[in-house]
Amino acid sequence: MENFEPKIVGFLCNWCSYRAADLAGSARIKYPPNVRVIRVMCSGRVDPAFVLKAFSMGADGVMVAGCHPGECHYIEQNYKAMRRFYMLKQTLVAMGLEPQRFELVWASAAEGQQLAEAIERMTDNVRRLGPLRWAENWADDPQREEALQHIVKEHEEALEVIS
Amino acid sequence: MSKGKLALYWAASCGGCEIAVLGIDEHILDVAKAFDIVFWPCATDGKVRDVEKMPDGSIDLCLFNGGIRTSEQEYMAQLMRRKSKVLVAFGSCAHEGCIPGLANLYNRKAIFDTVYKEGSTTFPENPQDHRPQPITDVPEGKLSLPLFYDTLKTLDQTVEVDYYLPGCPPEAKNIWAALVAVLEGKLPPKGSVIGLHTTVCDECPRKRSEKKIKKFYRTWEIIPDEENCLLEQGLVCCGIATRAGCGALCPQVNSPCIGCHGPNDGVEDYGARLMSALASVIDSQDPEEIQRIIAEGIPDPVGTFYRFSLAASYLRRSKAFGGDGAAAAQPTPLAAKA
Ligand code: SF4
Ligand code: SF4
Ligand code: FES
Repeated sequence: MENFEPKIVGFLCNWCSYRAADLAGSARIKYPPNVRVIRVMCSGRVDPAFVLKAFSMGADGVMVAGCHPGECHYIEQNYKAMRRFYMLKQTLVAMGLEPQRFELVWASAAEGQQLAEAIERMTDNVRRLGPLRWAENWADDPQREEALQHIVKEHEEALEVIS
Repeated sequence: MSKGKLALYWAASCGGCEIAVLGIDEHILDVAKAFDIVFWPCATDGKVRDVEKMPDGSIDLCLFNGGIRTSEQEYMAQLMRRKSKVLVAFGSCAHEGCIPGLANLYNRKAIFDTVYKEGSTTFPENPQDHRPQPITDVPEGKLSLPLFYDTLKTLDQTVEVDYYLPGCPPEAKNIWAALVAVLEGKLPPKGSVIGLHTTVCDECPRKRSEKKIKKFYRTWEIIPDEENCLLEQGLVCCGIATRAGCGALCPQVNSPCIGCHGPNDGVEDYGARLMSALASVIDSQDPEEIQRIIAEGIPDPVGTFYRFSLAASYLRRSKAFGGDGAAAAQPTPLAAKA
């Protein structure tokens, strides 16, 4: 676990947070390279399905970042993102996900520093939690093969007895 | 023209789908005219060994209901797949796990604890804490029980499925329409859901006025009026995310849709779609208030958003109880136990 580097998927809004990340880069503000950035046109574009799919495909954490409330390029869409976020978060927590693995962050285009700090904080939290590996939750039962073969064998024996 | 061969089978389901087939009323006689029913344990006297002896692909149509919870059900899914030309996931359980799939919030141990240890009615006295064992030695030889999996899988997570017939249970008219489609060879492209493509809202006569809400009510808290959209009256109506085909049965009797026909076309995760839609009707921009509205109105988010589709969702189950991981920690080979 010592060397565990979390994979975090970050959905960043084109008009603010994505630019903030850009700014952090050009201003040489250091932040951990753990976030795989996906640029979206608005935080309101982030369908809960994107987040669920990211977790199911191996993300250890998911960050959604958008413009501050009231500053969305598409007027109200980040409020919609906020309502979805809480709805999804309550669902995920009920399914056993640690809340630190799913975060909503507001960062304007000028807030490279703030975004870098949020990423750093989240990366630390998730690193502490360890790998998620959600898909392993439904890995086959180790006894499955044997149980299936056992049925086949029993049925073959039964057929022999009858014929 | 020789008759087609028809089979029906059930796995982890309640049996309602079997009865739903009889809902086609006198058409059942047409079914008997068009098909030889070669296997239908619920209604006719057929044995698994009869099916095992049939040539592969010799059954024309198999309607398979139920999810896959045990090794025996998985074996039967494989068998019916091999023997059937067309395999239909019939009803919500086979299609998306349905209510039995909600047990994916727990695992085998937790489920067995409930039934064999804490259950107040099922098993009041079990001082030696007996649990079903896959293999038990008795003087006469070995007795076996199916292995109970931690995670219920849908039919198409287990074998290849040709078509889906949604609903808990499917509506009689849709069952009959599907049978006619098979008989006339007018099936949609392989892998599709046989049925309508829009949502329950499109079939619902209630008036919608884009009204937003400050509170979700539980069904027992209010008596909604009969004119207006239930969702706009604060009830969590899943019609917005659910496939049409039932004729909006529940809203028509003043009860919200709970989503039994699964997602409409193009939606991979039913709950995601529903959450998105519900988030749009909440009338608040304040984080505290939003959280309160959700927590108070939807105390069981998984059971509300994924009542019928947890097993088919992107995440399939809870993490809280792990999956077969509990078993993986200490694998006990069946043979060692036997
Ligand atoms: S949300 Fe429910 S009540 Fe409203 S129109 Fe849709 S199905 Fe009808
Ligand atoms: S209204 Fe919804 S819950 Fe009721 S039968 Fe139709 S799809 Fe199922
Ligand atoms: S445009 Fe940035 S959140 Fe909407």
